[in-house]
Amino acid sequence: MTLSADRGVSLRRGGARPPRRSEAGLATHRWFVTPWLFLLPALTVIVLMVIVPFVNTLGLAFTDSTLLREGEFVGLDNFRRMFDDERFTTALLNSTLYTVCVVPCMMILPLILAALVSGAGRLAGFFRTTMYLPVVMSSVVVGLIWTNMLDKRGLVNELFGTLHMVAEPVPFLSDRWLLLFSAMFVTVWTGLGYYMVIYLAALANIDRSLYDAAAVDGAGVVRTFLNVTVPGVRSTMALISVLSSVAAFRVFGEVYVLTGGTGGIGGGDLTMTMLIQREGTGLQARTGYAGAISLFMFVILGGLLLAQLAMQRKQRTP
Amino acid sequence: MAHPRPDPRTVAPAVRRRGAHPGSVLRYIILTGMAVLLAGPLVWQLSLSLKGAGEPLYTQPPKLIPEHPTLEHFSEVLHRIPVGHYLLNSLTVAAMAVVGNVVGATCAGYALGKLRFRGRGAAAMICVAALLVPSETVLISQFLLIRSAGLVNTLFGVVVPTLVAALNVLLMRNAFSNLPQEFEEAAIVDGANAWQRFIRVSVPQVKGVITVVAIFAFVGSWNDFLWPLITLSDEDKYTLTVGLNRLRGTFYDDPRLIAAGTIIALVPIVIFFALLQRYFFRGLESGGLKG
Repeated sequence: MTLSADRGVSLRRGGARPPRRSEAGLATHRWFVTPWLFLLPALTVIVLMVIVPFVNTLGLAFTDSTLLREGEFVGLDNFRRMFDDERFTTALLNSTLYTVCVVPCMMILPLILAALVSGAGRLAGFFRTTMYLPVVMSSVVVGLIWTNMLDKRGLVNELFGTLHMVAEPVPFLSDRWLLLFSAMFVTVWTGLGYYMVIYLAALANIDRSLYDAAAVDGAGVVRTFLNVTVPGVRSTMALISVLSSVAAFRVFGEVYVLTGGTGGIGGGDLTMTMLIQREGTGLQARTGYAGAISLFMFVILGGLLLAQLAMQRKQRTP
Repeated sequence: MAHPRPDPRTVAPAVRRRGAHPGSVLRYIILTGMAVLLAGPLVWQLSLSLKGAGEPLYTQPPKLIPEHPTLEHFSEVLHRIPVGHYLLNSLTVAAMAVVGNVVGATCAGYALGKLRFRGRGAAAMICVAALLVPSETVLISQFLLIRSAGLVNTLFGVVVPTLVAALNVLLMRNAFSNLPQEFEEAAIVDGANAWQRFIRVSVPQVKGVITVVAIFAFVGSWNDFLWPLITLSDEDKYTLTVGLNRLRGTFYDDPRLIAAGTIIALVPIVIFFALLQRYFFRGLESGGLKG
């Protein structure tokens, strides 16, 4: 199809060109300037707001700059200091734990949901819309809603108390680990619908005859899911593992709001992004140190991306 | 009601259905449970926000229907924090983001997808490279840049980093390069210049993708929290997310007020989503991934 279209185009072009030779020369000249005029607004923003700041971060990370003073080159000092800084190691641990716990949930739960929703007939649209609703809400609103839900006097504790599951209200929002796990729950709650919709698109591409064959073979619901559905969406699953791990490691809003902006008691619930925000802004900002943390984070996120790419390549060529 | 008589017309099919799909009942039970888990907290907020000041908040079992429903918490939130003003600020920022992304990404996408010129590969590479840089890692440098440009604490400073997102440029490039070449070629034969071909021939064919870009730019900007939190310091410049964040500090002792604040913030975005939901789903399916 592409081939024939190309041929048609080249024929037409060949026919049109000869009488306009003089204009064609002008056109090529204009063609050189015009594309860059089209690109100008976008490239200006992207270069100025992403590429230049990234290069600046590379430089900043090796200086002792503060917000008010341009620093001097200090080599690897910032990076050495990081690993002695308890808040940094805490943030790294928290963000890593966050990723390790959230990513499997994001890869599996939305797929199960998508499989259930796609077979729900006329109600599929209703369930899809309902479950997508948390996705369009900002992390602040989500955080506030769950602050209310998880409070000592909140709905979750009311339900636990009613069912006599706990003797005293659970301190979801004040205990260091409980708070972190609560935030993870909130992240999963927000993301379920998002990844479900991606899986729904992938499920629609699975060959129906595979399901029929599984039914003929007498495979049950679980067997069909594991042997037909999961292999059918494997590439989507890989994509979601990348997307959700990068998103989980970057977590900010949920933890920020659930801790009331404090990062938990003694900063025990700080995440990497919260640490960057805290170190790099305000009048006492140590921008050089914050730059070093940013760079460290970039390396980790880049590593995640590369690791996943390598894994995918391995899967494709067994 | 007192003497329920089984109606054979309704009972028989129900029994048959259950016999035919033993799994489908379980399917709907799980789905309903999940829908309650995902939408229930919103309903609970609504209930909380309507509960009278004298009603006990912590009851076993919890009560969903308020005994003395009142709207006083809404008026108190509106009285204590200038929600309307925050809404206006958020709208201003979101409108700039939508215009910037639609115009910037469409133009750049057209150049990358439909025009041939030296340096096209390099321009595309810049966009791909920018896509791979997570915003958190350039946060501090962006802040220093905005600060030296004197844009700190302005709404324009809030929108600048996302005025044109690399992802949207690449989305538009794909949309344009998927268009059949015939229309463009025919327009060239007719003597149309690049701008005329862009506006009259190609843009009308990618309206769907432009809508997706606009919607995702709007929602992304509307929900952004970290960047406005860093750049804005004056209360009257706050966007809705930054302003709402103050609810937790100000009203932490009264969940009813927090609930009322979240409901006020939710109404616009939920309506927006309800009206345009097919574009949200289309965007995800075509790879227009959020953030």
